[in-house]
Amino acid sequence: MYCLGIESTAHTFACSVVELTNGRGKILSDIRSIYKPPEGAGIHPREASRHHAEQSSAVLSDTLIAAKINLGDIDAIAYSAGPGLGPCLRIGAVVGRCLAAYHKKPLVSVNHAIGHLELGMFLTGAKDPLVLLVSGGHSMILALSNGKWRVFGETLDITIGQLLDQFGRAVGFASPCGARIEELSMQSNNYLHLPYTVKGNDVSYSGLLTAAKRFVSSNKLQDVCFSLQETAFAMVAEVVERALALCNKKELLIVGGVAANKRLANMLNNVCKRQKTKFLVPPINYAGDCGAQIAWTGILQFRAGIKSNIEEAFVRPSWRLDTVDITWKN
Amino acid sequence: MMLIKKGAEADIYLVMWYGKKAVMKIRKPKNYRNKILDEEIRKKRTLHEAAMLSNAKKVGVQTPLLYFVDLQNTEIIMQYLEGKLVRDTLSRNLHICKKIGIYAAKLHKNNIVHGDLTTSNFIINNGNLILIDFGLAYYSDRTEDKAVDIRLIKEIMRSVHATIFTKAFNNFIKGYESIIDSSMTSKIMKKVTEIERRGRYARVV
Repeated sequence: MYCLGIESTAHTFACSVVELTNGRGKILSDIRSIYKPPEGAGIHPREASRHHAEQSSAVLSDTLIAAKINLGDIDAIAYSAGPGLGPCLRIGAVVGRCLAAYHKKPLVSVNHAIGHLELGMFLTGAKDPLVLLVSGGHSMILALSNGKWRVFGETLDITIGQLLDQFGRAVGFASPCGARIEELSMQSNNYLHLPYTVKGNDVSYSGLLTAAKRFVSSNKLQDVCFSLQETAFAMVAEVVERALALCNKKELLIVGGVAANKRLANMLNNVCKRQKTKFLVPPINYAGDCGAQIAWTGILQFRAGIKSNIEEAFVRPSWRLDTVDITWKN
Repeated sequence: MMLIKKGAEADIYLVMWYGKKAVMKIRKPKNYRNKILDEEIRKKRTLHEAAMLSNAKKVGVQTPLLYFVDLQNTEIIMQYLEGKLVRDTLSRNLHICKKIGIYAAKLHKNNIVHGDLTTSNFIINNGNLILIDFGLAYYSDRTEDKAVDIRLIKEIMRSVHATIFTKAFNNFIKGYESIIDSSMTSKIMKKVTEIERRGRYARVV
């Protein structure tokens, strides 16, 4: 079967076609268009949704051409229903509903965060992992048990992506700022004292953000970036290690946009060695938001008989992933 | 010296201390962490743990006896207590949650915040409940800090003990209320909800 996935939760509008033959999945195409806010500014939901609306038909047709497939041959259409920015989500949902209605195809609502987890497991072959989901929208440690993804640790306030982006924007970078901060931090080795806040299995980043912003005026930017990364990532690494010790999983899978950061991967790799755990990272081009995560999860859900009526295919901007019943796994 | 457990924070060894079985907890350097940061964290936690092990005892919470602290090597030697982790026995032993609630309340009543209230930090030793791992403990009279403590045990019950979450957490509250009066308890519980709502996409929880 073939599934078309549509992703539009935040800055990325993306489509992808994934094929399933004999129980094996294959990504046939994956095309994205990313909204870029001006330097020093964050995602403006209205501007981002305008970008998505303008780019949607080009992205969709490029996706179908790259997959060498016609819409008529698609078996199911999956769209990202949340969590995310309402105006952005609505564009993807409108595209999904229109295509499903016009071509009389089944429609599947996919939770964007579950999409990250499922695609990560698909690409790495993870079987029963502890998952670290780190992105602009999430900083969570999860494991599947009794039909739901259970949270073993998370941020109590802002996410690690928000920490990096908001700090970056304060010093005039363009969002997303992670790559730029990583680049600058590699030019320093001078650790400045920043607040390190681990609360049991959870972290809190708001104090760190405030402190790092204050440091900018009186310190070298490279030093602040270096110290920010060292502190923030060490906090995540510690809670991951705590969660690993708590739930005895033999695999750690990292997914989400921040998974692209090399320093973080390096720290987690070290944690996994200490805890004798396999460390799994999906290919870097699938770390961030993409259509494939929606298409692949769409296939899994469709196979398990989970579909949405077009009249009820809404968006859910605050759809927490630990509320989703995972009925498509044994 | 025998390694009993390689924990997230520290390695736990079984040693002999003046002819008695004892536990040695060493916070070894973590080479993924920046050196300055790492040393600071390890020293601070060793010191906090040593002090709080005794302070908790004073307020009626059973903890291992402290034998020796070596701050330079970030190591603590304490009483060895045989037993099982509550994490592994909770489903057969739900009433223990009430006792956990009582312990949490005794600490909070005396402004001690444990900082890592998980079911793997409680041991049942000859029917007695023992609380361990005070590395993240500190003094605070803020409702917020006490609520964070409760939020963690709630999160753990909801994830590690998903099938018995509701009963387990209700028992916890019952125990908590029996020590801290119910108006204060409901104030703290309100704060727990507030903290949960601060979380990402938490409106639906």
